[in-house]
Amino acid sequence: MFTAMEVLPNLFGGGGGDSISNILSILFYVVFIVFLFYGQRIQMYVMIREVEGSLHKLRYIKEEGRKITIETIKEIGKPQTDPSDRVDRYLEYFTIAPQSMDPAGIVYKLDHILDMRDTRLKDEVKIMAPASDEVQINNLENTLEAAMALNFIYKVVRHYYIQGKKTLSLYVIMQLQMILPLVMKEAEAYASALKAFADGQPIGDGAGPLVAAKLMHGYETRKVPKDCVVATVPIEGRTAFIIKAEGPGGNVGKPGDAVKAVIDENKGKISSVIMIDAGLKLEGETVGEVAEGIGAAIGGPGVDQFKIEEAVVKYQIPLNAVIVKEDIGDAVSPMRKEIADSADKVIERMKNVILERTKEGDKIIIVGVGNTIGIGQ
Amino acid sequence: MSDNSSSATTKISTYLMMIVLIVLALSIVALMLSVNAFIAGNEMVAGYLLVIGFIAMGLSVYVMLQSRRRASSMKIEAPKVMTTIECKKCNFKSVREFQRGDFVFKDLDPCQKCNDKMIITAIYKEVKEKEKTYGV
Repeated sequence: MFTAMEVLPNLFGGGGGDSISNILSILFYVVFIVFLFYGQRIQMYVMIREVEGSLHKLRYIKEEGRKITIETIKEIGKPQTDPSDRVDRYLEYFTIAPQSMDPAGIVYKLDHILDMRDTRLKDEVKIMAPASDEVQINNLENTLEAAMALNFIYKVVRHYYIQGKKTLSLYVIMQLQMILPLVMKEAEAYASALKAFADGQPIGDGAGPLVAAKLMHGYETRKVPKDCVVATVPIEGRTAFIIKAEGPGGNVGKPGDAVKAVIDENKGKISSVIMIDAGLKLEGETVGEVAEGIGAAIGGPGVDQFKIEEAVVKYQIPLNAVIVKEDIGDAVSPMRKEIADSADKVIERMKNVILERTKEGDKIIIVGVGNTIGIGQ
Repeated sequence: MSDNSSSATTKISTYLMMIVLIVLALSIVALMLSVNAFIAGNEMVAGYLLVIGFIAMGLSVYVMLQSRRRASSMKIEAPKVMTTIECKKCNFKSVREFQRGDFVFKDLDPCQKCNDKMIITAIYKEVKEKEKTYGV
């Protein structure tokens, strides 16, 4: 520092440069002292500015989401009155998770609460968009849920931003600033999802239902609880019960109940359950890569995973999984070509599993897990 | 509500604008001093002031442009989604832009070639940019 202060002014030479070198020397001293005492505060202000920029962007995304949602409701649902107030109320809805001090039976309590939430939200959509059919109601519900997620993200970030500013705590701001890139990525993914839901386009999460739809297309389907369909399809000399959520509306169904129902119908005589789902990829992995494993490939709050595991354990049925790798952004935005193309690779891989793990004449269950928006059967 | 937010997001903050304007003013002063020094015959000082002036001016203009670009990049871009339509009988295939109401396995109008029914076999978005591998 001192060397720089001595050298830099001298660069200007003597004579006419003296006043400038004095100014520069003073400037260097001032900068040094300011950074010595206020370095951390300056660093904090820089971080606050960064968070502020992201917060502006989040607010923009949230408002755009709200606007798209209202426009879609007006276009599809043909409401008599302006749905803006109702949409604003919907965006503030919350769900209280069941008490977990005594965890016994919590899964069914959570299941009940999720069912109530779903029914309540669907009823709200029906009031907001009276002219829409069942498929459109599902799509609008998904659109509103994406807008709700954006609203929530914005509010949480704003909360920590204001708290950090109020307390001038470097650590509150630093934590927020550190996770911001991931938060922004998620928010952008939801913004993309919102448009896909509004238009009824298949999303990356629909990889499982797409495979199931390809397998069951042309075969008779019947409804199974809840919001799922099943088709009996012969594959490699085996009888496969293909299960997926009922499309093409935005719907994930309750595969847990569906798998349990099919297993019970067959009195547990099932040789294997194969689950196909979209799986989160790690950075560096390719989108649409297919991987195979063991266990219940299903996300969400865990209720369906619990039910499937319970059903297969009861009858000691092997549980296999095939996943299509993608990141969170791909999962909720319109389906990428790589993911759509991977459906055939999944079918090939699944046939290998069937040939290696089951015998001819066996009964198997294949479940396409995920949101079936834009995918029929 | 929406209008307020979009104006808030597109404007450059006054704090940043103030700093940029101060740096811009200082750069102009440095350039003027450089001219004075050159007239006074001190070419070395003039040269240094000229360099400092141009660098400061360049930086302030760059920051201003960056802020404007950041403000304009705040858009939700709708990706182009394509629908593939196929005839299962004659394998005739066509790709068109997605239309609301399309879904995979939806029955469409009869095939232009064989008059059999056509169905939507895929709906996807094309992602142009390749993912960076970061050399690993």
